[in-house]
Amino acid sequence: MANKLETIDVHLHYGEFHALKGISLAIPDHSVTALIGPSGCGKSTYLRLFNRMNDLIPYTKITGQVLMDGEDIYKIKSSKIDHLRRTVGMVFQKPNPFPKSIFENVAYGLRVNGISDNSFIENQVEKTLRQAALWEEVKDKLKKSAFELSGGQQQRLCIARALAIEPTVILMDEPASALDPISTGKIEDLIFELKDQYTIIIVTHNMQQAGRVSDYTGFFYLGNLIEFDKTKKIFTNPSKQETENYITGRFG
Amino acid sequence: MEFPESNERRKKLGQAIMFGLSRGISYGIVALLFLILFFIVKQGIGVINWEFLTAMPTDGMTKGGIWPAIVGTVYLVLGSMLFAFPVGVMAGIYVNEYAVAGPVKRFVKMMTNNLAGVPSIIFGLFGMALFVNQMGFGASILAGSLTLGLLALPIVIRTTEEALKSVDDTFRQASYALGGSKLYTIRKVVLPIALPNILTGLILAVGRVSGETAPILFTVAAYFLPKLPSSIMDQAMALPYHLYVISTSGTQIEASRPMAYGTAFVLVVIVLIVNIAAALLRNYFGKKVKMN
Repeated sequence: MANKLETIDVHLHYGEFHALKGISLAIPDHSVTALIGPSGCGKSTYLRLFNRMNDLIPYTKITGQVLMDGEDIYKIKSSKIDHLRRTVGMVFQKPNPFPKSIFENVAYGLRVNGISDNSFIENQVEKTLRQAALWEEVKDKLKKSAFELSGGQQQRLCIARALAIEPTVILMDEPASALDPISTGKIEDLIFELKDQYTIIIVTHNMQQAGRVSDYTGFFYLGNLIEFDKTKKIFTNPSKQETENYITGRFG
Repeated sequence: MEFPESNERRKKLGQAIMFGLSRGISYGIVALLFLILFFIVKQGIGVINWEFLTAMPTDGMTKGGIWPAIVGTVYLVLGSMLFAFPVGVMAGIYVNEYAVAGPVKRFVKMMTNNLAGVPSIIFGLFGMALFVNQMGFGASILAGSLTLGLLALPIVIRTTEEALKSVDDTFRQASYALGGSKLYTIRKVVLPIALPNILTGLILAVGRVSGETAPILFTVAAYFLPKLPSSIMDQAMALPYHLYVISTSGTQIEASRPMAYGTAFVLVVIVLIVNIAAALLRNYFGKKVKMN
């Protein structure tokens, strides 16, 4: 399978703090990759390399190569960053719908990027809400505030919001950590549905979740990538002692 | 281990004293406010009638009404806000959204705070030097509004900045992650969320501006005008200055005393109405962008 994303010897410093210490990793197309590791290990920072969200934090220094479809996304013009972010969707830890209607939340990404054809927007909103398995629950209240939805619905709305502009990559930063088990289950089903069309990277603290949803798993520790392999291999027969210690709960 | 019973009693007593003291003080402050209001209402309500509100002053300002002063104050408040609100909000946006953390941002913030501490008479002098003389506006509603606007600026900047700061960063990130530019994000996401709190700044500024005397002293205020201002280049009367004039330098101070209390009453009521209106506005917008 072709590699959608790849990093080659990436180092990242926040000021004095060395957050990523030479990460080289290739992420296959149309797969789900889980990033696991204790808090502060660098997995969220690594995730945010791919839509250049780390750029927003002052005093960040990045070296090495971050490739998407073979192109170094840190070599592109700064005016193309918006374009990059359009092709890389992101779902955040806490559901963060905008204080707008359900419809306008999903339409936001389209409007941001200059689409004003209302019938197209309407079609796209419906299509995306169906994709996010939310349409049946919200179709009669699209004009209502997104805050009237439950936490789990809000998170699926945020996924729909990310899908609406048809990205090819979806980054998920602990998308279910603020949700109850039933909502979590729905999000996981959704991830499973989506991987045919997208390349998904998910950061999670939940071992079972990584085991359930992902094809590949990377274990981060203290800014290093300790091990990366098929999820099955990582969870049954890891080659590194640290990985085994972590997934069996002996530390972290 | 035995813990001495006396310690418990001492703790309880200490709690009771501190709690009683702070409660007493806060009740006292509320009582003081009511006392002031009661005093003004009691002294002023007697002269309030339709004529007082809508007529020109007559008989050396001992009789008649305060209509021109009401009109003048409304013009000055509107004029100063027309200037201070957009300028202040834009400055607040710069400080919180664009300025990079560092010496420049610290300096701008420090200067804004210092501006808030400048005595209002200094604003008056500065306004006279710049707007009245240098720019040649003369003593006029324009010059007075700009001077009052300068006075209100730090309040608007500070509250805008605080309002923007309280907008959770994940909203901005979500917008950027969808390809939103900084400007689009500020306009469509950040400002709507911050708007109710920005309006609070406007309320505070209106309250401050409508009661100020010193900044309008040399820039707009007229001792007495026989007619209403007809353009922004005219002088105007204003409630706080009118109050000052008839209490200190009228021709018959004792005779105009009731007029002074009436004026104070009207000034307080206007500020109250503005505050209530702005609070309603704020509630309305607050509901529209209700957070969970």
